[in-house]
Amino acid sequence: MEILGLWNYWIVIVMMMIGLYIVMSRENLIKKMMGLNIFQVSVILFYISMGKVEGGTPPIIVEGAKNVVYSNPLPHVLMLTAIVVGVATTAVGLALTVRIGEAYGSLEENKIVELDREAEREATGKAG
Amino acid sequence: MTFHVEAVLFALLVATAFVITRVRNLFAAAALFGVFSLLSASMLVLMDAVDVALTEAAVGAGISTVLILATLSLTGDEERLPKRVPILPLLTVFVTGAMLLYATPDMPRYGDPKAPIHTHVVPRYLEDSPREIGIPNVVSSVLASYRGYDTYGETMVIFTAGVGVMLLMGRARQRSRPGRGS
Amino acid sequence: MQYKMRVRETVVLRVVAKVLIPFILIFALYVQFHGDFGPGGGFQAGVIFAAGFILYAMVFGLDALEEITRPGAVEIATALGVLLYGGVGVASLLLHGNFLDYGALNHHDPVHGQELGIFLVELGVGISVAAVMIAIFCHFAGRGRD
Repeated sequence: MEILGLWNYWIVIVMMMIGLYIVMSRENLIKKMMGLNIFQVSVILFYISMGKVEGGTPPIIVEGAKNVVYSNPLPHVLMLTAIVVGVATTAVGLALTVRIGEAYGSLEENKIVELDREAEREATGKAG
Repeated sequence: MTFHVEAVLFALLVATAFVITRVRNLFAAAALFGVFSLLSASMLVLMDAVDVALTEAAVGAGISTVLILATLSLTGDEERLPKRVPILPLLTVFVTGAMLLYATPDMPRYGDPKAPIHTHVVPRYLEDSPREIGIPNVVSSVLASYRGYDTYGETMVIFTAGVGVMLLMGRARQRSRPGRGS
Repeated sequence: MQYKMRVRETVVLRVVAKVLIPFILIFALYVQFHGDFGPGGGFQAGVIFAAGFILYAMVFGLDALEEITRPGAVEIATALGVLLYGGVGVASLLLHGNFLDYGALNHHDPVHGQELGIFLVELGVGISVAAVMIAIFCHFAGRGRD
């Protein structure tokens, strides 16, 4: 049953692939942002699961207790930063989405690309 | 016993992510996104990451969901699903997933106390933090004191994101009040 | 697209929000200052603090929120948090330590200096995060008004 000790990586891989699939296959920009967030949550679970120690306790030092096993605090610190940076990029991404929706009138990616190509054809047609 | 709780949470997480993929109404997807954040926060508590779970619950189920709902109220709320089965994304996802699964046996086992991540610098943090810094929460002491530069950069990233959103969405219009300048 | 709620529908929301919001804000302050002894710290506290204000805006309207948190003041607060953090670092420099070396803040007792430095730094982070979240929400919600 040694292979069962790898189950946390399987979770991470499954969720990472679901997030990647949403980003690649769905055309709505807001759906893509959600897929990106799912991907980010999977990466956070990856780091935190590597820091867990068998029989450990959260890394808050208990006064006067001997032989306590603490879980690793370093991935927690790194992932705190990652979560906060993730919400910052999500906010800016959603602001860009709103502006794109106002400029193009639609949030579907193929429609936006189509409108762009039409505008480009008109521009080169006028110039040429 | 905790393995059963973790297995159930894992199944719920994957099911929620799968339904987010398929559902067309984006308001439903936003609500499910909040559920997903909360489930991942529970998973993080099971992995002894209490600070991270608090942050993920507050930020993911709070701020991110509110911002997605605000965006949805400003734009449309239905999604057109692609008409044909997306072959290339499915293929990419399966191939990448298979390659990653093939690489997992090299990783340390879950909960292994002799994993490389627990050596080198972390024993120093755990042993010296009560003596040098004096606060019980090791995550706070590492975040604010041992790795203070990183946290400073992170605060500046948040500030920059705020400035970015302010520039993109325009200044709040100042309604003319008697006595205020323009 | 404005959805006007009837007065009967808003009463429950308004009463519950008025009861809950003070507790949310106090909980945010608790998380901020007890971040040394339990889970918590600047980021969590800032987000929870902003969530209280966002709840107020959702129940009572964005105009009511902007009476309390004037956009100019919120913008200044976002910079104030980062300035406080950098200020602690520069203060350590001026007191003959390294940048962000909190032990230099109190020469007689470096551990006390560390605790003071962490307190001020987390306060700066909390102020900045709360102000940025409120500002982002106000800008998103104010976009569709005209």
